[in-house]
Amino acid sequence: MTVYRTILASLAILSVLVCRAATATAPDAEGFLQRWMILEPIGVAGQLTDGAVQALVKTAHFPDQFTVVPRDGDRVTVGGAELAWHTVDTARYNVNLYHFAYGLKKPTSNVLFWIVTVVESPREMIGVRLAIGSNAASVWWVNGAEVIGIYNDRQTVIDDGVSKRLTLKKGQNVIRAAVVNAGGATDFCARFLDADDRPIRGITVALPQL
Amino acid sequence: MRRAVVLALLIVSPVLALDGQPGMHDPSTVVMQDGRFYVYATGNGLPIAISDDGWTWRRKGTLMQAVPGGKPGPDVLARGGNNTWAPDLIRSGDKYFVYYSAPGTQPKSAIGLLIGTTLDPESPDYKWEDGGPVVWSDGVEDSNAIDPGVFRDPTNGSLWLTYGSYFGYIRLVELDPKSGKRLYPNRKAIDIAINSEASIMIFRDGWYYLLVTHGSCCAGANSSYNIRMGRARKVTGPFLDNIGIDLLQGGGKLFLGSGGRSIGPGHFGLLDLGEGVQKFSLHFEADLDRGGISVLDIRPLLWRDGWPEAGSNLTAGTYQIESARTGTALEMAVQGIPVGGPRGRGGRAGAGGAAARGGGAGRGDGGPAEPVPSQDAAQVSENWPAGAVDVRMSPYMLQAQQKWTVATAPNAGGYPGSPYFKITIAGTDRALTATREGELVIAPAFTGAAEQLWRVDQLADGTYRVMPKAVPESKEPLALSAAGFSTPTLARFRADSDRQRWRFRAP
Repeated sequence: MTVYRTILASLAILSVLVCRAATATAPDAEGFLQRWMILEPIGVAGQLTDGAVQALVKTAHFPDQFTVVPRDGDRVTVGGAELAWHTVDTARYNVNLYHFAYGLKKPTSNVLFWIVTVVESPREMIGVRLAIGSNAASVWWVNGAEVIGIYNDRQTVIDDGVSKRLTLKKGQNVIRAAVVNAGGATDFCARFLDADDRPIRGITVALPQL
Repeated sequence: MRRAVVLALLIVSPVLALDGQPGMHDPSTVVMQDGRFYVYATGNGLPIAISDDGWTWRRKGTLMQAVPGGKPGPDVLARGGNNTWAPDLIRSGDKYFVYYSAPGTQPKSAIGLLIGTTLDPESPDYKWEDGGPVVWSDGVEDSNAIDPGVFRDPTNGSLWLTYGSYFGYIRLVELDPKSGKRLYPNRKAIDIAINSEASIMIFRDGWYYLLVTHGSCCAGANSSYNIRMGRARKVTGPFLDNIGIDLLQGGGKLFLGSGGRSIGPGHFGLLDLGEGVQKFSLHFEADLDRGGISVLDIRPLLWRDGWPEAGSNLTAGTYQIESARTGTALEMAVQGIPVGGPRGRGGRAGAGGAAARGGGAGRGDGGPAEPVPSQDAAQVSENWPAGAVDVRMSPYMLQAQQKWTVATAPNAGGYPGSPYFKITIAGTDRALTATREGELVIAPAFTGAAEQLWRVDQLADGTYRVMPKAVPESKEPLALSAAGFSTPTLARFRADSDRQRWRFRAP
């Protein structure tokens, strides 16, 4: 988090990305999840077709990539490079991955971002949907099950990809995604919707403490 | 309604039709009771047609078979004559009122009333009682009391009857919603139109619309029947057309004329299915696909710029299916291949960055520009999965997985105005299918199961509602819905949302 605070101080443009608060946080008024763990970008070929993205995200980049719930500052080694996880809060509906990587002096093009968050649900919620948007392609998992994939070069649109109806279990639910960018801007957004397409209320984001 | 006796003969003739027995003339408003549709028509005793789904119709005797004496009551016969033409039907409280024309030698005619409590001829309560004449014309006055059209004003529940034909005026009287008879029998009827017949009113957004039929009937393919309309802020008029001409002076904005292989539309009737889905019934004087006989039809009712507009039932063909919410097109979730094959960014010949942008065949290097062939499934389906495939939405790019063939599903029944369709990826048998989870999948083959039969109703704005005939293990009616920009699902239809509105465009 120290590293990231330094980044924030050096880039006024990053005003929408802020340091992690100490407590659990609720989604914003429109239901967008605003606290995420993000791994520094992995350099990839930047191919965005269905097949290329699926092959890429199914490749093992680091241990436990489909199960880990990282803490801020955790590090993994990918292709000989050490990459760190950062906790990021956004003040907007989306998380700007371009700013995130640029601020870390990391590449923003031809990259793969792994992102994770943990949603605490006060009760079992049946028939909800995860609704996401991303620039560019992305694949999403909820509690280990792949629920959405959107492909090709695209801009972030609210509720672009929407999962089939799923169940949020009472307690912690792990949301994981892989966002692939070829070039230019890159960001994502995510929220849960109820059966009437309204934002889910009552959930919080509860990432592990340091 | 200058009809000839020969028309009555046609009505009782066998009809060879894809949708059962739709042959009829001067149909009443189609009314639904307990999920079944009923319509009455011109002919000896007022023929009855019944449909379980609004698509396939069958004959079921006549109304007069359930009337004491089997014919119009004596007062009706005295005021008019013993013909039975052009009925209309409405429910009022716990009763049904049938108004019918009983002309003698026109323009001497009466409009009689029949009163019943059920439309179902199989019900033990089924019977029609003679309610006597409601209005009549004496053969001298400027009126011909035929072609009743009954209307309930939704603003106050009042009931109104319009009637008349080419012998003078179309007239309006108010009815007693309890008895079905005139509320003020001593008041003079109000003249509201002329030079027309088959009048009826509808209401929407503060406007009363008077729909009438112009032209000549009863001459088969030589009939010039066409439906026209005017509108007014009061139920009593004046009804003006789109350029301000009063229907009392012969005005009338065209609602529907002849078209395709159907000639002479007339006798509009509103069929409101709820949830913002409106249709209208009518007859065509001549259906050229059915030997030129007169037939019932049901079509979507659209609204544009404050006027009703005749919509079109979806016809078989190949389409892109575009979401009105997102503008993205329904597709099978496979990796698309650009039409003409992959190429670099083109169309920028001479631009300094062309090579860096990919260059290649698309730039236009001075050679002749050859047409790029259209893409079909046979060209690109080699790597498509053999089993079930997800459905999603993407920007339409003329690719094979985005083209859908809509075809009539044989022997599958239908819904008001249309048969059920099967919807498959063009050039394949891969069929759009509803799942028991209320989601969508493309099954590898069409089986004819209810979850692969699709109802496509055109909505008031011209878009379509798309619904499976059934969702496995569910009784809830669901419609194709854009849950997101790229994600379709099935959801409860909401008339106020673009989520369940779709466009069928030629690819």
